Amino acid sequence: MTRKRRRLYILLLCALGLGSATALTLTAFQDNLVFFRSPSDIAAQPPPADRAFRLGGLVETGSVERAMGADGRPTARFRVTDGAHTITVAYTGVLPDLFREGQGVVTLGRLGPDGVFRASEVLARHDETYMPPEVADALKRAGHWNPSQGAAPPAAGWNTLDPAAAPRQPAGSRGS
Amino acid sequence: MDAIPPITAGADTRAPRPPRSLHRFANPGRFLRASGRVLPWLTAAAIAVLAVGLAWALALSPPDWQQGETVRIMYVHVPMAWLAMGGYLGLALASATALVWRHPLADLFARELSPVGAVVTALCLATGSLWGKPMWGTWWVWDARLTSVLVLFFLWLGHAALTRAFDEPDRGARAGAILALIGVVNLPIVKFSVDWWNTLHQPASVTRLGAPAMHVDMLYPLLVCALGFTLAFAAVVLARTRAAVMERRIRALELARARREDGGATP
Repeated sequence: MTRKRRRLYILLLCALGLGSATALTLTAFQDNLVFFRSPSDIAAQPPPADRAFRLGGLVETGSVERAMGADGRPTARFRVTDGAHTITVAYTGVLPDLFREGQGVVTLGRLGPDGVFRASEVLARHDETYMPPEVADALKRAGHWNPSQGAAPPAAGWNTLDPAAAPRQPAGSRGS
Repeated sequence: MDAIPPITAGADTRAPRPPRSLHRFANPGRFLRASGRVLPWLTAAAIAVLAVGLAWALALSPPDWQQGETVRIMYVHVPMAWLAMGGYLGLALASATALVWRHPLADLFARELSPVGAVVTALCLATGSLWGKPMWGTWWVWDARLTSVLVLFFLWLGHAALTRAFDEPDRGARAGAILALIGVVNLPIVKFSVDWWNTLHQPASVTRLGAPAMHVDMLYPLLVCALGFTLAFAAVVLARTRAAVMERRIRALELARARREDGGATP
């Protein structure tokens, strides 16, 4: 075995050892590496009382109630869902621009004894779809997609869509 | 003459072509000639592609349906992120070549690559922060994607510092190469962090299985910008490596002259 070959094998062996060590560590810390917990995680493993954590999910359609608090700051109540479970969130403060029904959010706060999550921070989480507004309008017009109901349809259907040539449905069947 | 480091040996004489293709460029004279021919074209191509790409991306491409005009940060942020990771892969390959095959130019290349990589990663973090405030509502969060990119930035900085921390350049290069190879475990973590764990950062739009989740009117300017920034990155690193080769040559020549004058004074 030449010295070059021996060095190569030592290098590969070290890479293998380091790689498996990292993989094992990451697997062991899997639960601690999540940025937020979903309503289903909370239902399966209720967190200890008065412990702050992050709750993430989609804002349920039709659940947002905005009001003005006594001190003049806006308040909002909405439900965060992951499909299976839902948690009501109460928040006082200005919501981010991207906040809307059907949008992903990550909220930081504490779960009260009444089951309401009192958030001190609400961050908007957007998905990975990028499209011009005209294409989004065309998809909505054609009834393919309602942003408050969930994610956009598969990209193969619209990533080359020319909004001017997009099919238009008759006015009666148009969505919101 | 045997006191001169091997890198300058035969710099002026045309050595017979060795069998290994990688080692053809171990001859610094050949490297300087070849890279000197390529560099002007590389620079011109980078400027031309960047001019087209940035004009297309920043002025002509459409806004996003939910992010509006803010989406234009993507055309800088995403190429910087790709370069930060792709460049690190290059650093790792150069380090493996230097450790296993003792390729003398691989050390110099790695040493000159890491400051550029650190700048690119810093730009990725800065543009991401500027983008996060209006869209997510925060400058920074400690989620898996952001934290692993910060670790990548520290790896770049650490490599740049470590390779320059020794009096003997060879020892610095060896230590830096080992650090760079250990840091490779971070690359899959950066790439797959958004799939393995839930994060505030959204999953990949372009480099994913199936079609990119991006309309072609935004995808094409992004790809042109990415190509332009990659060419510019390559041009800067190549120019730095050339400068380092010439610097090392000058130092060897000065050493040789000093030794000769020394030898002449005390016969």
